[in-house]
Amino acid sequence: MPQPKPVVYPTIPNSIPKVKAAMLQEVGAASTEEFYADVPEALRLRRPMDLPGPLLSEAALRRHVQEILGRNTTCEDFLSFLGAGCYQHYVPAVCDEINGRSEFLTAYAGEPYEDHGRFQALFEYCSMMGELLDMDVVNVPTYDGFQASATALRMACRLTGRRLVLLAGTLGRDRVSKIRDYCKPEIEVRLLPYDPATGKLDLDALRKALDDRAAAVYFENPSYLGFLEAQASEIAGLAHAGGAECVVGVDPISLGILAPPGDYGADIVCGDLQALGMHMQFGGGHAGFIATRDEERYVRQFPSRLFGVAPTRVPGEFGFGDVAYERTSFAVREQGNEWVGTAAGLWGITAGVYLALMGPQGFLEIGQGILQRSRYAARRLAEIPGVGAPLFDAPFFNEFVVRFDATGKTVAEIHQRLRARHIFGGKDLSREFPELGQSALYCFSEVHTQADIDRLASALQEALP
Amino acid sequence: MSDDIRLHRRSDGQPKLRRFHQARWDEPVIFELSTPGARGILIPEVENDLAAAAGDVLATIPQGLRRKTPPRLPEISQVHVVRHYLRLSQETLGADLNIDVGQGTCTMKHSPKVNDQLARLPGIAELHPLQDDETVQGILEIYWRFEQILKEISGMDRFTFQPGAGSQAIYTNASIIRAYHSARGEAEQRDEIITTIFSHPSDAACPKVAGFKIITLYPDEDGYPDPQALRLAISERTAGLMITNPEDTGIFNPRIAEFVQMVHEAGGLCAYDQANANGILGITRAGDAGFDLCHFNLHKTFSTPHGCGGPAVGATGVRGDLARFLPVPVVEFDGQKVRLEYDRPESIGKIRQFYGAAPVVLRAYAWVMSLGADGLREVAEIAVLNNNYLLHKVRAIPGADAPYARGKRRIEQVRYSWEALCEETGVTTDDIGLRAADFGVHYWTSHHPYIVPEPLTLEPTESYSREDLDEYAAILHEVADEARTDPERVRTAPHNGPVHRVTEARYFEDPALWAVTWRAYLRKHAAKE
Repeated sequence: MPQPKPVVYPTIPNSIPKVKAAMLQEVGAASTEEFYADVPEALRLRRPMDLPGPLLSEAALRRHVQEILGRNTTCEDFLSFLGAGCYQHYVPAVCDEINGRSEFLTAYAGEPYEDHGRFQALFEYCSMMGELLDMDVVNVPTYDGFQASATALRMACRLTGRRLVLLAGTLGRDRVSKIRDYCKPEIEVRLLPYDPATGKLDLDALRKALDDRAAAVYFENPSYLGFLEAQASEIAGLAHAGGAECVVGVDPISLGILAPPGDYGADIVCGDLQALGMHMQFGGGHAGFIATRDEERYVRQFPSRLFGVAPTRVPGEFGFGDVAYERTSFAVREQGNEWVGTAAGLWGITAGVYLALMGPQGFLEIGQGILQRSRYAARRLAEIPGVGAPLFDAPFFNEFVVRFDATGKTVAEIHQRLRARHIFGGKDLSREFPELGQSALYCFSEVHTQADIDRLASALQEALP
Repeated sequence: MSDDIRLHRRSDGQPKLRRFHQARWDEPVIFELSTPGARGILIPEVENDLAAAAGDVLATIPQGLRRKTPPRLPEISQVHVVRHYLRLSQETLGADLNIDVGQGTCTMKHSPKVNDQLARLPGIAELHPLQDDETVQGILEIYWRFEQILKEISGMDRFTFQPGAGSQAIYTNASIIRAYHSARGEAEQRDEIITTIFSHPSDAACPKVAGFKIITLYPDEDGYPDPQALRLAISERTAGLMITNPEDTGIFNPRIAEFVQMVHEAGGLCAYDQANANGILGITRAGDAGFDLCHFNLHKTFSTPHGCGGPAVGATGVRGDLARFLPVPVVEFDGQKVRLEYDRPESIGKIRQFYGAAPVVLRAYAWVMSLGADGLREVAEIAVLNNNYLLHKVRAIPGADAPYARGKRRIEQVRYSWEALCEETGVTTDDIGLRAADFGVHYWTSHHPYIVPEPLTLEPTESYSREDLDEYAAILHEVADEARTDPERVRTAPHNGPVHRVTEARYFEDPALWAVTWRAYLRKHAAKE
């Protein structure tokens, strides 16, 4: 039997047999086996790995992957009202253009010289977020909004030397799970009760919980369940009176019309960037931000990289570099704050592009437009017999809870019928918040037209007997 | 005299170093591009009927929650936004542009463009993570298939793709180790994690966050992890071992199985940080060495682009019984349908929103499918060949050295030292790195502290040709020569880059001067009229 011809891989230049042989000769090795002399024989895998493929041609590979992805139904195929932390907003073409630039897409960890553009783009992202949030310090993005809130709470514990964090009881349960895991073992995490009619935080319970162990109070605006927490400044005041930090999670796309949390007393503001120019990507578009005032005590507690400006040898040049690097694990390993590493740099750059495209007028218009759509939707859904919309007697932004108990149907049943009409209903809350009964969180954005919302209303009407 | 231009591009039969100059746009900070009234994009308008029915919506916002003054974002027309960011992109030395062997430990390799195209298809980009499983069978199948692939590559039993990069994967493993000891009632007793100084800083920093005390082992004189040091560190307090192998020196620990066994005998678990797996794909596996947990960086070994530091995935694998602690949900396949399973009472819970960076998982899957088992083995062997070839070249440069493991081969990277050159010329590794940028390449020293004096870490993956490696070595040779003949030229580098050197560290260290945002810069540094 003739030996099969060796494959020359397009991604492995030196897989050309003659080149390989010449290089081995040059380093004085009989074969690549010599390089593995330190790997004991008992640990060697002496059989080929049992893997599928290969699909050597790009054409075959593309066909294979497209065929699998073809089994998905997308939010372009169906009309979607899902939100709950991942949002379908319009992604400007320029965002995709810039984050597809090979230079940004494939850069990594170079110095602020040959990677000057990366540093400037991320500094500008932080600067524009700073304007939106009305804060002077914003980090280079962390993994996602969950991590941002968990780290913000750990920062508060380090700042205060205390080990109890108090969370609004209406946080998404996945976020609570993340925070609990991240605070173990030394930080106690406590959920505060909320008013079942309005969703508002129970201030009496907060007062009682704010003892001298409490490092932080964390709530969101808009909340996970959609309503706005109108008592924001009272909560911040109570936190401060108790010696705790006020940490607020925020959806940045709301900030053209909603107050930046610092206005009502937030000390640390955090959230997720996905709404700002990232496709949903099955949850792959997330990145987290953390912002504070420019006070040394806060800056010293960030684990993330912070990029700053400095003059260079040449007058008029903007140079960049790492601010207070010695606080990071890159510099001092476990003596640093938490850790720093690869997270979501490309989404930070993309969010910067989005902020630059939108400008102040864009944020005002998108905030107002979303609110108009969601208010309209609440009115339309409330007209359907048996449908409670919104569940909470409270103002809201892009999302609100819809209750279906009076229809006699479960959310799962109703949503299955919606899917038959090519609609994805909102997030089913019946397992996550059993106390809300058969409820779902419906989300609206600038991608929805009046006809879309009307279509949802009539589909729901048809789905209910 | 010949007019053959090519003759001027070679000397002694070798190509001359390229006369590189990076783009230098002298681009202002974006706020300076603002023109009041300019728009970069217009927002979809609402219908008149809808607006009328919705009413004065801004009036529904409670007092105190309404924004009083617009954010002072720049106002820029679209053409200028595009131009600005294209210029910044040109001032960034992406891996595609250079012989990126200089970012050691980062496994800079070619990211096939077809995979980027696939990751942008609406079939993944426009999926909401909370859609019913029935409507996302395709992407769930990719998750399931890729989990099977990683199981075979690692010898582990279950994977999660939730962690957002290597460090979060290390944290996840630390959290699982904590949950394991907690389930056995030993969490309080077992509060120490052992790592090595040549493992990534996160192998120390992440378990610290999870509540562990950290013991860091130093190598023996020859750079090998020291079993004697491990023996002394192990006790009834040992929760686990979290290490890289090969370490960042490129040295494979030949007694790794013994290390694992010693920790097991003491009741601890062993987590394998496989950030340096590129040279050992198909050669040796975490499971075969007895490791209980491991992780791979899909943005390194599995070729997905680094994206200026993410999005990424730290694919985290465990053996046997530890699967019960993995973050929720896990992906299950019953032969007909793939589904997300949340009913996992002993799970550590959520590490990340939803299920991690799906487009990264998709690219990694496509990369493995394009290579198969033989191709992955070829990746490893060529990466290791390239490394030993470059080692051969760099060792020939006077003033350069590869400390430790004398006379031995290395796996996929080497941590070199310029100690001799620095002693001779006063030029440091940091200087050399900035000068190397003048020739169009990255150069990375190592994480701090510099255990190896004046370090340089090179990792030539399978993506580079012999000529590429020759060019990189020639650049180092040239800079080393310059350190002797014109040290000032090296010390004042870069000269051919987008900007020149920042000489005053106080702008990054002094709270009165540092400026993390433009508004802070204006507040602290704007000239008074």
